[in-house]
Amino acid sequence: MAAPLLSLEQVSVRFGSQAVLRQINLQIHKGETVVVIGESGCGKTVVLKLLIGLLEPTTGQATFDGKVLTRLPEKELTRQRLRFGFLFQGAALFDSLNVYDNVAFGLRAQGGFPAAEIHEKVRQRLLEVGLPMTIASKKPAELSGGMKKRVGLARALALDPEVMLYDEPTTGLDPIMTDVINELILQTRRQHPVTSVVVTHDMKTVVKVADRIIMLYPLSRLTPSEPQIIFQGTAAELQQCQDARVRQFVEGEARERLRELGQANSLAPR
Amino acid sequence: MASADVPEESPQSNWTSIGQDFVNELGDLSLFALQTLGWCLRRRPAPGTLVTSLYTVGVRTAPVVAVTGLFIGMVLVVQSHASYQRLDMSSLMSRSVNLSIVRELGPVLVATMLAGRVGSAMAAELATMRVTEQLDALSCLGVSPIHYLVVPRFLACVLLVPLLTILADFTGMMGGAGMSIYYYRVESFHYWVHAQGSLKPWDLTMGLIKPTFFGAAISLICCHRGMKGTAGAEGVGRAATEAFVISFVVILILDFFIALFLNSLYDYLWTASDLNPL
Repeated sequence: MAAPLLSLEQVSVRFGSQAVLRQINLQIHKGETVVVIGESGCGKTVVLKLLIGLLEPTTGQATFDGKVLTRLPEKELTRQRLRFGFLFQGAALFDSLNVYDNVAFGLRAQGGFPAAEIHEKVRQRLLEVGLPMTIASKKPAELSGGMKKRVGLARALALDPEVMLYDEPTTGLDPIMTDVINELILQTRRQHPVTSVVVTHDMKTVVKVADRIIMLYPLSRLTPSEPQIIFQGTAAELQQCQDARVRQFVEGEARERLRELGQANSLAPR
Repeated sequence: MASADVPEESPQSNWTSIGQDFVNELGDLSLFALQTLGWCLRRRPAPGTLVTSLYTVGVRTAPVVAVTGLFIGMVLVVQSHASYQRLDMSSLMSRSVNLSIVRELGPVLVATMLAGRVGSAMAAELATMRVTEQLDALSCLGVSPIHYLVVPRFLACVLLVPLLTILADFTGMMGGAGMSIYYYRVESFHYWVHAQGSLKPWDLTMGLIKPTFFGAAISLICCHRGMKGTAGAEGVGRAATEAFVISFVVILILDFFIALFLNSLYDYLWTASDLNPL
């Protein structure tokens, strides 16, 4: 079997005294779409940031294409990062720049692209995400949440990445826009040969886009010997999984959690 | 009241922790400063970024700096006039007023104004960018946040704080002169004759060396606070406040040490030998 494109090997992450990830092993192969699910605060976004080298593991190592990102010299790390596209949770558009400049930012920063080529690429990417060029002069503050996400996706795709990382791409969107974003993720995979990692807690997104699903569980509710990845498999296997923790998440059932929180009597459904 | 389960921290361990935090912050800031200087030497600022920073630091701050200088000059005359008048030496006021403005008040007040007006805004802007993951987005697009955001702000402050100080010195001297001549009726000719002899090239040099260091310190401290602050709206507010407070304290400490150093240098170079060209 081919070597994985992205991998986490025995990765643990701590922020001060707070442990977020413990002994995580994860391999993602070229062309795969892996969805990472789990409750808020279980370390899903940290996994994405480890994969692109924005965070350094406390122990273990994150590799991309066989290279340990955090050990690379700055110039090489930058070169490798340009092979990624990252759609951030809040889109992370640059407030001071308009839509056009946001999408063109990576191309200009890289240099070597004539203005006409940049213009064509921006137009093409905006069109791909269903946005007209008429919004190009708008500032991010003038856009709706869904439009921001789509501009963020256009910006991430502008550099033709090999790997797309999506951090909660549908959070805070209405059901229609959620489906639009899900379709865009699928369309991106059809039109570009990308490997995708999607972090989400939206089960519709999971069912629609995932080749493989990984479920993380918050460390605070695990015993020291329990693994943090509590499920790994396809969407069909997820539906069949009998692990109570997985079922609670998949079915959106809070009864056990409320009991844990000591609020069962007042809040749990009767 | 402390819970029985939580052991109370002894004052000694509290101080140790504060000391450790201070050393960590100082080390982090030093590394940040070195990285900024490294980027300044390696690559020019990204197109358009320096002009924007020069506009924000220079053009938008100039009016408030000019007004500050003007009133400082005027109030210095108000405070010192009575003493000089008692000695019937009112026209000599120009010496003390101009010297105070050029050597101390001009540089320190401009730097303080800048830390309050521009520095805390820088910290809040960068902290907001951090909270909204725009700094991470820059890194993902192959751009160093230090090169793109900090270098232009650093260069703008280093270049423009001395120029703003010259502006404040000028309006301060004019304010002092105006107050003396038109309000206290000091003889204009004598006022200016004494003013002419009051400042030596060394005073002007000292008055321009200080703001260069102040500008560097303000931009580095404020950008560092912004980029390394804690998350959330509270973190943004705290970054802005801390940026101003730390900058202000550092300006005063730097002012003391630079003055001490330059005065010792002056004494070493010229006072020892009786040649005193400056």
